[in-house]
Amino acid sequence: MRVSLFVTCLADQLWPAAARGAVQVLRRMGCAVEFDERQTCCGQPAFNTGYRPEACALARRLIEIFESSDADAIVSPSGSCTAMLHHYEQLFDDPRWRARARAVAQRTHELSAFLVNRLGVDDVGASFRGRLTWHDACHGLRDLKIKDEPRRLLRRVRGAELVELPPPGAETCCGFGGTFSVKYPEISVAILDEKVDAIDRAGVDAVVSGDASCLMQIGGRLSRRGSAVRALHLAEVLASTA
Amino acid sequence: MSFDRDARTALADGQLRGALRHATTLFGERRRAAIADVPDWEGARDRARAIKDETLLHLDRYLEQFAANAERAGAQVHWARDAAQACDIIAGIAARRGARTVVKSKSMASEEIHLNAALAARGIAPVETDLGEYIVQLAGEKPSHIVVPAIHKTKGQIAALFAEKLGMEPSDDVAKLAAAARQALRRRFADADLGVSGVNFAVAETGTILILENEGNARLTTSLPRTHVALMGIEKVIPRFADLEVFLRLLPRSGTGQALTAYQSLLTGTKRHAADEGPEELHIVVLDNGRSRMLASPVTRQTLACIRCGACLNACPVYRQIGGHAYGSVYPGPIGAVLTPQLLGMGESAELPYASSLCGACRDVCPVKIDIPAVLLHLRAQAVARGGTTGTRALLERLAFASYAAVMARPRLFGWLMACARRLHIVPPLGAWTKCRDLRPLAPRSFRDEWRAGLRHEGGR
Repeated sequence: MRVSLFVTCLADQLWPAAARGAVQVLRRMGCAVEFDERQTCCGQPAFNTGYRPEACALARRLIEIFESSDADAIVSPSGSCTAMLHHYEQLFDDPRWRARARAVAQRTHELSAFLVNRLGVDDVGASFRGRLTWHDACHGLRDLKIKDEPRRLLRRVRGAELVELPPPGAETCCGFGGTFSVKYPEISVAILDEKVDAIDRAGVDAVVSGDASCLMQIGGRLSRRGSAVRALHLAEVLASTA
Repeated sequence: MSFDRDARTALADGQLRGALRHATTLFGERRRAAIADVPDWEGARDRARAIKDETLLHLDRYLEQFAANAERAGAQVHWARDAAQACDIIAGIAARRGARTVVKSKSMASEEIHLNAALAARGIAPVETDLGEYIVQLAGEKPSHIVVPAIHKTKGQIAALFAEKLGMEPSDDVAKLAAAARQALRRRFADADLGVSGVNFAVAETGTILILENEGNARLTTSLPRTHVALMGIEKVIPRFADLEVFLRLLPRSGTGQALTAYQSLLTGTKRHAADEGPEELHIVVLDNGRSRMLASPVTRQTLACIRCGACLNACPVYRQIGGHAYGSVYPGPIGAVLTPQLLGMGESAELPYASSLCGACRDVCPVKIDIPAVLLHLRAQAVARGGTTGTRALLERLAFASYAAVMARPRLFGWLMACARRLHIVPPLGAWTKCRDLRPLAPRSFRDEWRAGLRHEGGR
């Protein structure tokens, strides 16, 4: 199967290990991976802050970029950016652009959902020593309904033990919310601290998630609090064979 | 109104945050337990939403049908365009009936029109009879939750308040506190000339209003005084009596985690015979106050499907940290953040649609499936399109997004800028971020650099 990587700007610039991990895992599963270097940002920061024309321009670009590829699937190491691509249709009034947006969205999958639901695999041959807990990134969980997929993959990682996060639980927001985390940093960190407290109580070596944005938020607080718990992207863990 | 400042004040209040954490967790758990044994909860949500959508598409027709049937049963129906008109109507009824004391059962619409202040200004003393509302009124505060008005208060704070205002022995025994309130309120019920209530549902085909409650105070409010005034927003109407079945299944479970509230009062018109129970006069005040504007588009229209259960408040991570008062509006939480700017206009509340991390927990728990994040995004786009918030910060934000869009449309410029930032260790001016969180530095090499450097060819396929 031929896969076009939707890298996302955050993974590209801040968390390349997630993008590299995605490429490695996809290749291990027999996929040929291509990457179009024209891609930048999907426009989500603009869309979420109310800058619709800016978001729309970036949406058109990315639709054209992925239309130029005849890959069987577009796969991203981000639930949030995948969900944004699935929202593209509502940015347009023009029915032709709506149809083009819909066609690209139908080919676009978040990494764990692609592995489990499209390729039908749970075991990607990874090994990683440590006790892990999963954080559900909101857009993956609620917009794309991805819940079991990453857990199934992590349970099959050799040497890893997966534990559920104690209350407020894996499904509660980490408080990032894009510009929200900068507009209202105090509220953002108050929400975050409940999450980080739970991670502390879980006694894990690492918190794993499917979005670099949440990991930046959670990891940034863990490190500020002097915690030894690492923040890891799912693709990093799945790529690991150590 | 400053959401930012008031939120920070709330965050510094340890008692408030303890009370909120306890209560929102409890209501969340109760809700989950209550819906667990309902067969086809999802189907019930879909049916309820379909009923609301149908009603809102033909709202004029259903309102007229409701009014005609309510009047046929003996009620008098009044139409209020805005808050001032609604207050005038109610104060006028009170004056005509010579009412000095007014008892009130819980009504968010009455909070919305600031009825208590309007009555007090005319020399009429309104008394809140819902325990939570009574606590809030005694404390000289406003409700901070649409279902649990005193959610922000601890038991200790209420004990101190009752000791001061009701002269009771200080005690944090809940039964004793409730008994003290009951004793004080019974006297007011006996004195009251007029009762004001809200409305949960208004049935078009019968002219019936339904009021849900747990304390019996709404039943006393609507039956003891000689005059009953029921205040309802235009969105409270539903077509058929049989539609109540699905809403009664959804509302108490979503709101308080109850299978059913302790009391459901179905009121149709006035009493027919002198020996009957109930008021001599029933006045139903139907309030627009900005609601009809929301009918214009499907995105905003869904706001009117809200049945005021409060589940979205309990589920919201932002509300859980700061409570209701910081929103500076009668309706707080996720539904307040979409309702308030639409009711009052963007001017004073343009900040509210941004008071969310867009996590979507509100949408998940909403019994009528309102896509609150979609409405928030719609309102944010409106705020930006209208010039939104003013000041240096807004200007900088505009500038930032214009530059962002320009750079992101040019991949080579983007790559070059990021390479420069990497080489020169340029860190964005994110003081707001770095005060409490470490900022992850740019990776030594971007993915696209790795790709070009050979990742493209590795691993064969």
